[in-house]
Amino acid sequence: MSSLILTHTRYQMLEQMRIPISWVASAFFPAASMLAFVVPFAAADPVAATRATGSMMMIGAISAALIGLSITVSQDREQPWNHYLRTLPAGPLPRFAGRIFTSMAIMAVAVIPVLVIAALFTEAAITWPRLLLGIGALLAGSVPFMLIGLFLGFTLPSKAAIAVSQLLFFPMCILGGLFLPPQIMPDFVQALSPYVPSRGAVELVWSATTGSAADPAGLVMLAVWTVAAGVAAVWAYRRDEGRRFA
Amino acid sequence: MAVLARSAEVTRRYGDVVALDRVSLDIRAGELVGLLGPNGAGKSTLINLFVGLRRPTSGTVELFGGSPRDPLIRRHVGVTPQETGLPEVLRVAEIVDFVSAHFPDRVATPELLDRFGLGDLAKRQVGGLSGGQRRRLAVALAFAGRPKMVFLDEPTTGLDVEARRTLWDGVRSFHEEGGTVLLTSHYLEEIEALAQRVVVVGHGRVLADDTVQAVRDVVGVRRVSLVAGTLPELPGVLGVEHADGRTHLVTTDPDRLVVELVRSGTPFSGLEIRPTTLEEAFLAITSQETTSKETTSEETTSKESTHV
Repeated sequence: MSSLILTHTRYQMLEQMRIPISWVASAFFPAASMLAFVVPFAAADPVAATRATGSMMMIGAISAALIGLSITVSQDREQPWNHYLRTLPAGPLPRFAGRIFTSMAIMAVAVIPVLVIAALFTEAAITWPRLLLGIGALLAGSVPFMLIGLFLGFTLPSKAAIAVSQLLFFPMCILGGLFLPPQIMPDFVQALSPYVPSRGAVELVWSATTGSAADPAGLVMLAVWTVAAGVAAVWAYRRDEGRRFA
Repeated sequence: MAVLARSAEVTRRYGDVVALDRVSLDIRAGELVGLLGPNGAGKSTLINLFVGLRRPTSGTVELFGGSPRDPLIRRHVGVTPQETGLPEVLRVAEIVDFVSAHFPDRVATPELLDRFGLGDLAKRQVGGLSGGQRRRLAVALAFAGRPKMVFLDEPTTGLDVEARRTLWDGVRSFHEEGGTVLLTSHYLEEIEALAQRVVVVGHGRVLADDTVQAVRDVVGVRRVSLVAGTLPELPGVLGVEHADGRTHLVTTDPDRLVVELVRSGTPFSGLEIRPTTLEEAFLAITSQETTSKETTSEETTSKESTHV
């Protein structure tokens, strides 16, 4: 089974690597947000700048996971090749895992320009172990978004997947406190915040990079979201029979 | 002989459209079965059920004694993808490696490529292949995992005569070594050349299921060929064709046709009566059906999306 995961990961990496513009696109959005929101407003204070850098990395990861995966999966489903892949002797796991690892590779690359900007233009400070821990937290925290992306991709036609994933993306980022720190948000946003997966995910990143204590409610909800999204994604894969025109 | 693929009373609906209507079919080990039918007849739906892509609305489908939706069961079968959907940016050998990695007992990639005349193209990206080369790659993929049974959906569409013959030899040698084949084709010549058993489907039902010879005989269609001017209205004529100065009439009752022809007093010469080709028999079977039921446009649309 593990060799099939490797096979599917390599296959999807090859496809991605031969279309280099997709990597540029994933790296652009977090880097641009970094320049627009973090450099002018939070550059002076080391802790605030480090936290904000973590938030921008998380925004890029959520975008790649939620929007990127839902669109590619739903578009693939409309290709005859996808029908063929489903006749091969493999269950959903190798393809799921292959997509998740490929998305993680894209995220890891998309993080590089954010880190460069943080190092050059802000007071953000971090040690190497904390940086690696932070990237680990980023990848772990993005798993529920990948699973939600897979779920949307398997249930929606591609045009709907584009719309729905964008509609989910911005509220997720705002409620999770990624654009602005949760403490300065309105009360109802603060009350809702622990219940969206983005909050738990970014808490994990903040904790890993700055050593702050993570909000336990957020972490519990992150775990709950991960399990629920995993169940939903497997269910969606099993009921999927390709696109139907009834 | 063991039954490798079985459908029992299988019905499949897409919304209001009935693609398959209580179809029962057994395919036994070592058979080479041709599946014939017009577009929208239910051929693709039947294959999709056998390879686990779709579930029946009612009835049961079995593959190697288990469910086609079980990945372990599917280790025994090979399927051809549609060549239009092959991933463009990957190289030929990369695709073959990827597919064969799913099977415990696989053919070495260079050997498989050589067998299908693709040895020189191993490093080429699929986007740069010709239609015929893609088709051969698609068929090669069905054999990558040393299957016991292959489902070949129109394996030679778009190939030139020579490439088609080479592919036929490949299918024949697979069959001679004990392999089981379910084949669909637009070319009746192909079914006649390869298949021993023919299943004709139309409007979601099995219209005929027998040997190539018997399907020809069962409809009792004959071809009456002659040289004549304008012919009068004749009984039981299913089709008329003019070629090389001769008129060919396809009929279910050649005796009555000739009697009526003589009675009409029309001058003619060079009369010949021959058994029909499978194509003519097939047209006769399906045209009898079409008169009783119209093909719905939805059925044609669903075919687009269900193609393997």
